[in-house]
Amino acid sequence: MKRQKWLSYTGIMIMLVLLTLTFIWHLSIGTKTIPISDLIHSFYAYDESNFNHLIIQELRFPRALIAACVGACLAVAGALMQGVTRNPLADPGLLGMMTGGALAVVYWSTFVDVDSLVWLPLIAAIGSLVSAMIVWSIASRAPGGLTSLNLILAGSAFTAFSAALLAIHHLIDQQTFEEMRTWLVGSLLASNIDIFYWCLPWIVIGLLAAIILAPSVTALSMGEEVATGLGINIKKRKWQLLICVVILTSVSIALAGPLGFIGLVIPHVVRFFVGADYRWIIPYCILLGAIYLLFIDSIARWIIQPQEVATGLITVLIGAPLFVLLVKMKVR
Amino acid sequence: MTIKSKRAKSPISLTTEALVVGYDKAIVKDVDLAIEAGKMSVLIGSNGCGKSTLLKCLARVLKPMSGQVLLNQQSIHTLPAKQVAKTMALLPQGPIAPEGLSVKELVAQGRYPHQSFFKQWSIEDEAAVTEAMQMANIEELADLAITDLSGGQRQRCWIAMVLAQQTDIILLDEPTTYLDLKVQVDLLELLRDMAHQHQRTLVIVLHELNLAATYADQLIMMKNGEIYAQGTPQQVFNANNLKAVFGLSAKVIKDLESNSLICVPSNTSNNVSNNENNKAGL
Repeated sequence: MKRQKWLSYTGIMIMLVLLTLTFIWHLSIGTKTIPISDLIHSFYAYDESNFNHLIIQELRFPRALIAACVGACLAVAGALMQGVTRNPLADPGLLGMMTGGALAVVYWSTFVDVDSLVWLPLIAAIGSLVSAMIVWSIASRAPGGLTSLNLILAGSAFTAFSAALLAIHHLIDQQTFEEMRTWLVGSLLASNIDIFYWCLPWIVIGLLAAIILAPSVTALSMGEEVATGLGINIKKRKWQLLICVVILTSVSIALAGPLGFIGLVIPHVVRFFVGADYRWIIPYCILLGAIYLLFIDSIARWIIQPQEVATGLITVLIGAPLFVLLVKMKVR
Repeated sequence: MTIKSKRAKSPISLTTEALVVGYDKAIVKDVDLAIEAGKMSVLIGSNGCGKSTLLKCLARVLKPMSGQVLLNQQSIHTLPAKQVAKTMALLPQGPIAPEGLSVKELVAQGRYPHQSFFKQWSIEDEAAVTEAMQMANIEELADLAITDLSGGQRQRCWIAMVLAQQTDIILLDEPTTYLDLKVQVDLLELLRDMAHQHQRTLVIVLHELNLAATYADQLIMMKNGEIYAQGTPQQVFNANNLKAVFGLSAKVIKDLESNSLICVPSNTSNNVSNNENNKAGL
């Protein structure tokens, strides 16, 4: 245990260094090549007349911050979801929040306000919140109450239903589809620092709550009876954890759209390295989620310059093979 | 020893008052039970008699429909969950071992009720885990993954986890099911030591009658959700009670060497034909 602890702390240090490096890489990539000295100067000697400083501070820095936070939130939300439901395939989308948020945004832009993107994050967040509430109430009304199985079934049914509605809408309404298609696969293109400041308190609350609740997630993953024996009020704790998932996920959807894959896979990658104790899984998810999305977003902007590919697609296109490789290495 | 000083000096009492528990309808009916402190009490009864349901209610997994469970005269279902977990531990039937958890990490989970966000891993926690692993004799397994172990080893780890919780009372639901006889005996001896040498109060649900009669200080026989008989094996483990509780015709004989009681089913073939006749008659 001592040796393992030491290893785990070292791991955190290494991840922090990696995070810093990917963050800097993310800042330095873009259509315009910016010398590293300008990059550094823009932080402590900001000069408004310097165009490079402007690009860094107004465009790239907010985007990097958002990428890091969204990655962290989604990875943690996925880990909590997998722990609470004891289902390795659970992800933040399980509560129907991803498709629900997307549906809300599509309906909003069709029926209410076509041009304005200002309200988009708020609408997405509200849509995903409402979806979570619907799935939640269906699950808790089923016989047996809010069990993992009920949650998974209600979530899958709702996700399929709202995905079908989304597909119908795409078939009928070409124009909305054209406008929304980048957002719908998850993108940091429209990321905006003002929205980020709105989301920041929720991100902090969600991640802090996840860290505080982490030990009880380990207990819950050993079965509800074991957790009861260890002094956990199952009902209350499940509520707290699901609220935490809902906060983290809706914030992510507001900032980056329905970004899949991270919430499902990052927790598994983390488990490969730190085992099954959520005391370690959660902090590692925060760091690895942030690193991963920064890395992916850098590639999305770099690979076909000056164009960029939607981040949500690169997440999967690069992530899936990497994940398969990791599984193979692990199994040997 | 740190463990003894941490636990309460006077024994903690566990009783039930007119307890009714069930899922849709009552399975445990009007049970008044007092568990003897520092003893190993074993619950036996035929399938579906409510012994596991009763244990689950003692452990707060199920809420009573009426009546109450009292821990030191206080209703257990109204006390703070974490506080109760410092006095009473539970090893349920078929707990889930998360993939990738090492033996030591699993045992360390038993320290959960003693920790908080501001009081993470302490020296006491470390000592309790080491001691629990010594008692359960799994020290050499410490760094192995729990999922790689045999059934018996795994069960030892789970027992170590509840021991690390350092509670006066430990409830165990069929801890020996699916294990080899030798492993069952080893586990029950470990549990008996816990009661006799470390003054823990144990309540165990068991299926194996002869093992129950050999190791129990107190036998609690349940039938149709009620307590049919309670006492030492010498007092209650006899042919009449076995017939009444299990519908089992058996002889109870005494092993002269160990003084423990053994039941031997008798006239099995006659019984079967009798039963068949009865059914035909119905």
